[in-house]
Amino acid sequence: MNELIKKAKGLLESNAVQVVIGYGKGSVDRTRAIFLTKPEECEQLIFDSRCVQNLAVYLTKTEIKKMGKPAIVAPIPVLRSILQLAAENQLKDDSLVVLGVSPESELVEFETLASIETYLSTKEIAIDEKYRKAIDEIKAKPVAERFEYWVKELELCFKCYACRAACPLCYCTRCTVENNQPQWISVGSHPLGNLEWHVMRAMHLAGRCTDCEACYTACPMSIPIHLLTKSMLQDVNENFGNYGPSLRKDNTLSSFKPDDKESFIR
Amino acid sequence: MTEFEPKIVAFVCNWCTYAGADLTGTSRIKYAQNVKIIRFPCTGRIDFMLLLKSFGEGADGIIVSGCHPNDCHYTSGNFHARRRWIMFRGLLDLLGIDVRRIQYSWVSAAEGAKWADVVNTTVTAIRELGPYADYAKVANYLEKEENA
Repeated sequence: MNELIKKAKGLLESNAVQVVIGYGKGSVDRTRAIFLTKPEECEQLIFDSRCVQNLAVYLTKTEIKKMGKPAIVAPIPVLRSILQLAAENQLKDDSLVVLGVSPESELVEFETLASIETYLSTKEIAIDEKYRKAIDEIKAKPVAERFEYWVKELELCFKCYACRAACPLCYCTRCTVENNQPQWISVGSHPLGNLEWHVMRAMHLAGRCTDCEACYTACPMSIPIHLLTKSMLQDVNENFGNYGPSLRKDNTLSSFKPDDKESFIR
Repeated sequence: MTEFEPKIVAFVCNWCTYAGADLTGTSRIKYAQNVKIIRFPCTGRIDFMLLLKSFGEGADGIIVSGCHPNDCHYTSGNFHARRRWIMFRGLLDLLGIDVRRIQYSWVSAAEGAKWADVVNTTVTAIRELGPYADYAKVANYLEKEENA
């Protein structure tokens, strides 16, 4: 990725940006997010198949904002998150430089956030066949077994909130889960609190989730919480038309059509 | 053994269903007494967490009701609510929370008889389903530990 390093270097040298958010060497053979402020550090930038963390999560953090204008290394999932953040008025055109990385690992530059949408229009979110199957398998169970399955899965959750921290779209400065007047979700990690937390997390991402799987990757217990958001993505597509982050379309749950169809309201 | 009496919580909007339920009373229509009505300014205000909390606090069934589409006092609250319900219902279904225990309906201020019917049919349906033991087991996790 010499091109990427050269570009990042140039941006820092000309002071067009003050920080470059990218992937660097982590422990053992892993990669981690790095924050570069000097041109000579740019040699540390790497990009390969191990770079799965969604870097867009840092764009809304106050600590990063304080560093100045960022440039961000953005493979497809990160581009989707950036577009959704822009659609939610969290990012402006001149507030960042996006160093896109195509699936062929080539550098793609974007003049405006709107041009990201044009670029992504040929790369629609597609839910993997194995996940579709997993969701269908769960749905095929009788309701009590389904409940038992999830209670058991969520039993492992000890409320570390890594799923929330890893998600670029969980950017509220005060989360419902920290609210204690009233206490919506009890603090301890027990079956009820865990269930309520994951229902709330999934609901708050309904029609916004860009299917980057950062939540699942971050989960230390590998609880299949991504199946919840993936299933909701399917529901959005079925009920309200294909979802993809967009600056032109309204957000799914903050808009409506008078003739939205359902079958369960009397 | 006494017959199981379901506990039902009804989340209703102020402008249509609450007034409709009022009309049921003033029209002297009798209906099941299992329902506890909670009045909201609008269906758009009914947070999905409130529904979860009701089950957590021991409700066996829930009714959510508001103005018919195009009749919202705030013009679009019920349209937004409808989208949210569609998403919420799908999620609950995947999680195995029994969606048959939540009845959604549109009841206008003039539909006193419909309100009585909605309540009665919901009570009958929940009575057949029995107490929501699965959720209660999760909600009362402490009791289980104490007994063990």
